[in-house]
Amino acid sequence: MSEANASATRITPGNALRPEDIALEVRTGLAKPSEDTAEYALRLGDDALILAQRLGHWISRAPELEEDIALGNIALDQLGHARSLLSYAGGAMVNDDGSAKSEDDLAYFRREHEFRSVQLFEQPNGDFAATIARQFVVSYYQFLLYSRLTESKDATLAAIAAKAVKEVDYHRDHAAQWVLRLAGGTEESRKRMIHGFRIMWPYVEELFRDDDLTGRLAEAGIAVAPSSLKEDFDRLTGEVLTEAGLEVPDVPAAPGGGRQGRHSEHLGYILAEMQVLAREHPGASW
Amino acid sequence: MSPHGNPEAPASSATEINREAPKASPKPQEHTDHAWGLWEVFVRSSRGLSHVHAGSLHAPDAAMALRNARDLYTRRNEGVSIWVVPADAIAASDPDSKGAFFESPQGKDYRHATYYTKSEGVKHL
Repeated sequence: MSEANASATRITPGNALRPEDIALEVRTGLAKPSEDTAEYALRLGDDALILAQRLGHWISRAPELEEDIALGNIALDQLGHARSLLSYAGGAMVNDDGSAKSEDDLAYFRREHEFRSVQLFEQPNGDFAATIARQFVVSYYQFLLYSRLTESKDATLAAIAAKAVKEVDYHRDHAAQWVLRLAGGTEESRKRMIHGFRIMWPYVEELFRDDDLTGRLAEAGIAVAPSSLKEDFDRLTGEVLTEAGLEVPDVPAAPGGGRQGRHSEHLGYILAEMQVLAREHPGASW
Repeated sequence: MSPHGNPEAPASSATEINREAPKASPKPQEHTDHAWGLWEVFVRSSRGLSHVHAGSLHAPDAAMALRNARDLYTRRNEGVSIWVVPADAIAASDPDSKGAFFESPQGKDYRHATYYTKSEGVKHL
């Protein structure tokens, strides 16, 4: 996806940073992430990419046409974040021929253990309520993360976050509206909403785990320490759950390990579908 | 009660999830082919002074109708404000009475300012 196809038909209000702009900055050396920063961008980018792929599966399958488009929009927003973050991460990673890795190199030509997304993002869509449960957790997490990341000392990360936070704010609202409606709907919808939260909640804990990398980067004012988001996350999601008459599920945390490349059995299938075209026809454009 | 439900009773959104349970539909509704009511969407563009009809959509209630309208009709930076109105709250003129309703002004040129000749001595009209 080169900058050639970037602008003509696209209205880009304001001065939001587009993935094409970041790719160009990386290629021309204007933006150069440190190895740590690139790894951090890769983590967040993989989260967004895997979620986009998951949500994209709803297209043509959502309960209503309108919801089909809503989920498709959210998927595309996530894909946009992934493109920006991966384009930036690629600036510190080189191909065999010495060139910087592009968003496509990273999305299509890495293997399962090289993906750094946490396991919540790869969890199956399940029914609509399960997808909403996952989306509810994800969008509150991402909203808090990107809100704080707008103050990052890394200008590119701050710019990506500034664009993303507006979009994620809407995702948060969308998910919360549905949690309220499903929980307050029929007996069946409430049952499914509760079930959705029960199967997604084991993966919540992993979102807020610190490690050496986030420790170093948070110290430097570049990243947000994941654990520092937990209190606000609990408070904000708790408000909605209380309004919906739901409780935080009492379920044990999953082992996690996505940031180290340890994934649940689901990611391999996602990647197989996502990567097959690019791998079967290397260099193809469409 | 309108078929669009009300924000206090979002049950209509949930009944749709369980398609095998049509019994949950509490009363016969005008839009019987659809569990969600029809809403008309009006969008004010950043350049426009008034809201203009953009299209219609289905939604379980007003709050979701606004959100669906945002997703459907403002994807390309079209709007700065949205109204949604339950479709059956709009009273529309009857297309069959076009003649009586809209064609009577025909031939009544004197209703246009251009019909009149300028009076002598009026310079700046």
